[in-house]
Parts: sequence; structure tokens; C-alpha cells
Amino acid sequence: MLKQKRWYDYLWIASAIYLALGFFNILFAWLGLICFITPLLIAIIKGNKTYCNRYCGRGQLFELLGGRLGFSRKKAPPKFLRSKWFRYGFLAFFMTMFGMMVYATYAVFWGAPLKKAVTLLWTFKLPWDWVDTSMAAPWMAQFAFGFYGVMLTSTLLGLLTMLLCKPRSWCVYCPMGTMTQGICQIKYRKEFSNGTQSKANC
Amino acid sequence: MVSRKKAALLSKECVACGCCAKSCPLGAISIYRGLHALIDGNKCAGCARCEAACPAQVISLVLEEIAAC
Repeated sequence: MLKQKRWYDYLWIASAIYLALGFFNILFAWLGLICFITPLLIAIIKGNKTYCNRYCGRGQLFELLGGRLGFSRKKAPPKFLRSKWFRYGFLAFFMTMFGMMVYATYAVFWGAPLKKAVTLLWTFKLPWDWVDTSMAAPWMAQFAFGFYGVMLTSTLLGLLTMLLCKPRSWCVYCPMGTMTQGICQIKYRKEFSNGTQSKANC
Repeated sequence: MVSRKKAALLSKECVACGCCAKSCPLGAISIYRGLHALIDGNKCAGCARCEAACPAQVISLVLEEIAAC
């Protein structure tokens, strides 16, 4: 029985376009905030992970590349990847890096020079000086460079785990997924602490 | 008694990503309140697609004994 495709099954196209747009104009990186704010709002207001389950374009892209197109080894990811320590540790690391990026934006807002570079894997600074950012304030451009670096870095990590493990291995340690699940756990803490997991298969 | 294989959530480490629900051709899996996957044993046919899709390796097929009608 084949499931009928819905409009949200094609959000991987938006994800791919987003990554491409950054090469033409870095200011498009701001659009990535949608992928940050929407899952949080859904988790806070609705109390579920519909974003991950249904709308995540990145997840769909990995599924397409690793699943249908066969770029994944489809092997079980290492156990540590799904451990609480790793997931929350990665979230903390990611948020620290995000905070540093916001600080850099703040510094440029107060007069520090704009750095036209995209930092990859928190280490490598790729010169990104072919783009014209004169139509926006320097701090807006600085945020765009930083944010695009975050998006590109997470995509690279996701692609790497897609190749080596299962297509959507990124979902296991995705900081947004960890955060939204954490919000749901807080929202339904009574149920969660009562051990709904054990009832899962009833 | 008849025994057959059915999908079951074996660990508390489910990340509620929904890969299993998406892979299930019978719609037997849903994500319960963003906490974990919920498998409807009555609908499950034991095809193991969810087991293959789960990136957290928390779904497995287990032998279940059911009363024959």
C-alpha cells in the first residue's frame, strides 16, 4: 500500500534550495531561522514533534540521498550517538557555538569589522567574499555568515553520518530534535516520569 | 497458540524522529506527544521496515504469541 504524497513531502527541495542560495547571496541565510523557530513553536504550543516527523526538509533530503538514491551504508549508528550524554552534550556545544555567533553579530553591530567568511566545522574559515552584502547593515551580514556556517556545518555532519550509518542518523543527535523532545518531556513530565515507554507496546 | 513477529520499541532511547512512522506501510506507528514511537500491535504485520529505518536502533521485531482464532 503506497502512501499518497503530501505537499510537505517535498520540503527537501526547499532545504536544497536554501543551501544553494547561500552561494549567491549570503543574506538568504536568514531564512534558516524558520528551521529554528518553527520546531520550537510547534513543540511549545502543540507539544509534539510534528516538525521532525513531517516538515523537516533536511531529514527528507538525507532520506532521499541515503535511502532512495542509495548513498548510505544503512548500518546501525554507534550506540553512543543516541545516548543522553552525547545528545545533550552536542546540544550544549551547538548552543555555545550559536551564542558565540550571536556575540560576533553584536560586536559588529557596535562597530567591529565585518568578517566575510563562513566557518565550517567550527574551525575552517572559508573566504566568502564574492557576495555583495552592501544592501544590508554589517551586523545583518555578519549574522548571515555565522548562521550559514552553522547550517552548512550541520548539513556536512548529517551527510557524513548518512553515508556511514543510516540515512537519517542526523536526527538522533540533531540539536533541534533534542530540544523539541526535551520541551515535550517537560510539558508531559508526569507522563514521562511515570514511564510511558513501558506502555508503548501495549 | 500461534507465534508471529511484531515490531516493538525496545529502548528508552527513542528520539521521536518519526522515521519509523513514515516507513510503516500500514500506518501502525505514531509518535506519542513528541516523546516516543507508539506501535499498534494489532496493525503491525511484522514487515520490519521500521526496524530498518530507525536511526536510533530502538525498534526490533519480537516474537509474539497470539491465540489462534
